[in-house]
Amino acid sequence: MIRQLFILSSKGDPLLFRDFRGETGDDVVNVFYQKVTALPGDQPPVVMTLRDLHFLHIRQGGLYWVATTTADSSPFTIVEFLNRLAALVKDYCGGLSEKSVQMNFALIYELLDEVLDYGHIQTTSSDMLKNFLQSEAVSSRPFSLFDLSNVGLFGADTQQSKVAPSSAAARPIQASREQGGRSEIFVDVVERMSVVVGSNGVLMKADVEGEIRVKCFMPSCSEIRIGLNEELSIGKSQLRGYGAAVRVDRCSFHQGVRLDEFDSHRILRLCPSQGEQTVMQYQLTDDLPTAPPFRLFPTIERDGTGRLILFLKLRCDLPPKSSAVNVCASVPVPKGAVSLSQELSSPDQSAELQSQNRAVVWQIPRLAGGTQLSALFKLDVPGLSSASMLEVGPVGLSFELPKFSATGLQIRFLRLSPVQPAPSQRWVRYVTHSDSYSIRI
Amino acid sequence: MPYLGGEETVRELKRALSNPNVQAEPLRYRNTVLRVVRAMSQGVNVSGLFSEMVKACATVDVVQKKLVYMFLCSYASLNPELSLLVINTLRKDCQDPNPMVRSLALRNMSNLRLPSLVEYVEQPLTAGLRDRAACVRRVAVLGWAKLYNLQPGSDIDAAVVNELYSLLRDPDPVVMVNCLRALDEILKEEGGVVINKPITHHLLNRMKECDVWGQCEVLRVLQRYRPQSDDELFDILSLLDASLVSPHPPVMAATLSLFLSLCADLPAVSLAALERVSGPLLAACGSGSREMRFTALCHIQLLMRSVPGLMGPHFKRFFCGYAEPAYIKQRKMQIMVELVNDENVSMLLDELKGYCTDVNTDTAQAAIQAIGHIGRSYSDRCLEILTGLLGLKQDHITSAVVQTLRDLVWVCPQCSDTVCSALEGCEETLQDSQGRQALLWLLGVYGDGVSSAPYTLEAFIDGVKSEVSLGVKMELLTATMRLFLTRPAETQDMLGRLLHYCIEEETDMCVRDLGLLYYHLLKCGIEETRNVLQGRRSDPSLGVLIGRPAQPISQWACSFNTLEPLKKGGTVTQTASRGSPEHEASKPKTAVELPETLDCSHIHTDPPDSASTGQRSDSAAELPAASLTLSLSPTLSPEEFERRWLQRCSLQSEEAAEESSDFLQTEERICCSAVLQRSPQTLQAAMQLVNIQTLAFTPPSTLPWRVFFYTHTAGTPASTLILGELLYAGEADPAPKDEEEEERKADGEAAAEDLTGRKDRQVEVKVTLKQQPKDEEAVRAFLSVLSTVLHTLSSERHDEHAATHL
Repeated sequence: MIRQLFILSSKGDPLLFRDFRGETGDDVVNVFYQKVTALPGDQPPVVMTLRDLHFLHIRQGGLYWVATTTADSSPFTIVEFLNRLAALVKDYCGGLSEKSVQMNFALIYELLDEVLDYGHIQTTSSDMLKNFLQSEAVSSRPFSLFDLSNVGLFGADTQQSKVAPSSAAARPIQASREQGGRSEIFVDVVERMSVVVGSNGVLMKADVEGEIRVKCFMPSCSEIRIGLNEELSIGKSQLRGYGAAVRVDRCSFHQGVRLDEFDSHRILRLCPSQGEQTVMQYQLTDDLPTAPPFRLFPTIERDGTGRLILFLKLRCDLPPKSSAVNVCASVPVPKGAVSLSQELSSPDQSAELQSQNRAVVWQIPRLAGGTQLSALFKLDVPGLSSASMLEVGPVGLSFELPKFSATGLQIRFLRLSPVQPAPSQRWVRYVTHSDSYSIRI
Repeated sequence: MPYLGGEETVRELKRALSNPNVQAEPLRYRNTVLRVVRAMSQGVNVSGLFSEMVKACATVDVVQKKLVYMFLCSYASLNPELSLLVINTLRKDCQDPNPMVRSLALRNMSNLRLPSLVEYVEQPLTAGLRDRAACVRRVAVLGWAKLYNLQPGSDIDAAVVNELYSLLRDPDPVVMVNCLRALDEILKEEGGVVINKPITHHLLNRMKECDVWGQCEVLRVLQRYRPQSDDELFDILSLLDASLVSPHPPVMAATLSLFLSLCADLPAVSLAALERVSGPLLAACGSGSREMRFTALCHIQLLMRSVPGLMGPHFKRFFCGYAEPAYIKQRKMQIMVELVNDENVSMLLDELKGYCTDVNTDTAQAAIQAIGHIGRSYSDRCLEILTGLLGLKQDHITSAVVQTLRDLVWVCPQCSDTVCSALEGCEETLQDSQGRQALLWLLGVYGDGVSSAPYTLEAFIDGVKSEVSLGVKMELLTATMRLFLTRPAETQDMLGRLLHYCIEEETDMCVRDLGLLYYHLLKCGIEETRNVLQGRRSDPSLGVLIGRPAQPISQWACSFNTLEPLKKGGTVTQTASRGSPEHEASKPKTAVELPETLDCSHIHTDPPDSASTGQRSDSAAELPAASLTLSLSPTLSPEEFERRWLQRCSLQSEEAAEESSDFLQTEERICCSAVLQRSPQTLQAAMQLVNIQTLAFTPPSTLPWRVFFYTHTAGTPASTLILGELLYAGEADPAPKDEEEEERKADGEAAAEDLTGRKDRQVEVKVTLKQQPKDEEAVRAFLSVLSTVLHTLSSERHDEHAATHL
């Protein structure tokens, strides 16, 4: 049971507050904010308690989503609910930010009223909710020249781009109804890798958490069929034939997915509701079908003058057609490092010394598969000793691999039935993120 | 948040709302209302607009209605009278053909939270229960719960309760779940909604129709049901099996809760359920939401209390991501420590080693402590890592390492050599008091192995005047004492300085008392000091990590799926046998101090001593009742004392049988074993406190031991002079008749008697009092004062003696 619910900006301004039971007279928002600011760092514990007030919060979109509740309520339920609420707000407002919440506060209040009554969760399905919500979303996206990119030279739609822009799905779901906007459906395969590579280059751990998300902007869609790789096998015990079979360890499906054709043909059937939903989740543990996407060859030395010299070679082992974007390597360096001099192999890369995080951060906007980059960093560290080398800890890599799924899971086809009368667009996108990719030195 | 220009805004909004032109245009009207609500949520007090807003609710625009209702519900309690006007509009809306409008009106009517309006709300709510539209019924059902909570203690309408029970069969699953919730709140005092067999089976069958939240609610309510037979129980369990491995963590957790409560008597089934649920829980640990990960981790810790090996094969899943928040990392480390075994220890240590240099100091210290825990089973590898970390010379790391080493040595004494060699030079990097205390403890206890220990302590002693931490000072005293025992030559001088400082200059009573205690202890001789201070140096029984017995599930089942495991101290009970990292820091300390206090009280309960204790407290209680006032004036010179004493002696010997009217001589024996070892100064000071002047002493260890004293009593009839002598002539004689003889005999021989041998036996001091003029009341009162003083003195001795018997 949720007593109060409020949303705070990252700076602690209250954006929204709703008291569902009218029980507590205290200024709970301030109580919460004081508790957060009293703690060092930016990571307050998920549960905080003051007398009989129990705060449970999540961070999404830079905002605090806070519920006050009773001690015996299920944390799983409340955390899941807050996540779902944030997802709903994102669906209805077209994005999650302080600004979008502020601009759409009436819509969110309306949403909250339908989702929670007297602190009890009523429904969070966007199919049900769409009948009750009347306010229109105000989109906060500013006018931008990039929006014109789909407009051809002579003002006509050219369909030149075969890839949906990543911002395409960031729009309010209700717009499709009012404006008769394009009816589109996105099927995203999103995977998160967490990898540990030992100092000798051996793969110590490689886990992939993946999900298939469907984001639907179609006013009337009865059923879609999603075909996955036919050779997909599930579980460790199943015998595998030769060849590149795609394998996952565990998978689970959304309630609404019908699996009658899954065992034979690996086809998922479902009637998507508007907005985003996760259709399938799967995990793969300790057995990547391909080599890990990055390898690092570090050389670390102390020179005679007390400088630390880091020479890093980063190799991208993706297939040549793919590439990684927004690669960012963070190398922990000894405490007290004062200055950094760098030699990078191309001008679009950058590196800086973040003394607060005690790390050198090397940014690479784009790294094509099969290529190798190198960087040389020289750091002035007063009082450098041999023990300081211990502090040059595991390198953390964060990256995004568009059009790539680490497990090899593919979507063979996406069919809508019945065939849509209006022209509809179907997009299938793949992306792999780094959850945590660390390489020990 | 104060909002500038609030009044101005309110006035402007008021004008706009009452402007007929605005009211005529629906869109403008709605936008004005929107601005009011926006101002409200920004913290402006817009309650002055209440009457305008009441008018604005009479509209066909649903969006505007919603906004106005939200406004009205927030401010209704401030304007109960005006709220009555809204009721009419709301009741009219309840008849609206549009079900959405009906449910909206009904919800807000019950949200006004005004007890005075209850009578108007009941009728629409009753009608709402039978509405065609499910969304109206959902609202109406919860509306009754709101109504009952508004007037606590009011009679429960049986008809409504029956209606709600019958609505459990409503075709809409949300209505059904809401009925459970409403009945639970209405019937709170009777123990909530009654779950019998038909209802249970009905709910189980309908569960598939519910969404995640409804399923959780049903599963929660079902925990109250007790199946009547084993067959029924297993039917229910097999129905629930699918939701036990549900991909939705809330359903999975609620199902496991239900399993555990249903199978409280079937541990084997419960354990099987835990095995089954480990998969979904692990999946939740990899969830995209870090809060969900954290929740799952905390619950995995709970499960591992009963099935320690549950996550063994999956230990890699608990490696920390480098961008994860500190609270997740710390939980993961706690789990990793539990999963250590021979195969994975080197991998786990490698991983933990990487966290020791984390930017977040809490994470770094937690990692170091985790390595220390593993060190209890794999000491060599862990010591290597820990001592390597000392080379970094960073204060927070060194501090954590030294504390960890202290804890480790306490459990594994075989590590002491390595630890000793690692300690050299640490003191320069240590900043915080916790770390320095740990270092001092180690130097005190293992000072013989650290060659530089005296110099380190000397640096501490030189800086003791500017030391602010009480703990460090106390630890420093103890450590110096201990080191003095092992390396007296190097330490004697600095110990003297430290004791002098503590006793003469220190303002804190704790430190001063400890200094005094040690001072007196040293006076008792080196052997006793050794007995006190060199107690146990380790406690291997706290030890090993592996093979911890599994706890029964019932110990934690009630806190599963509540906020309890997520709280900071949630794991303290879990690791009670081994100490959680934050708990661990203080543990060896208490363990060291504990025996002293324990044994001390133990000595106090010895039969002879308890007698004296009891006597002491009795006399202390008597003291105010006696209402005896002693004074030192007029002063008596030693010569005068001697003259009077001897005069009375001769008098006594001459007229032994004669009862003098103005003179009383009495003899008494007081048991106070240790008073003899008291220095004359102590005795004198103590006596002076109660206005007894001592005049002459024999030196402490000579026999017979005598003290002469006098005092004046300011009693009611007349003031009297009391002269007294304390005499101890060697072994106390149980037969009082030949004490004179005994005394004379002892004169020469008893001095040779062993001091240590004597002190444990009961010592009776003979008190001879001569009073003039005679006043028996006063003498009795004086004796009780005197014995109190002597007992107090000897019991102080006892505390130290007690400590020698460790």
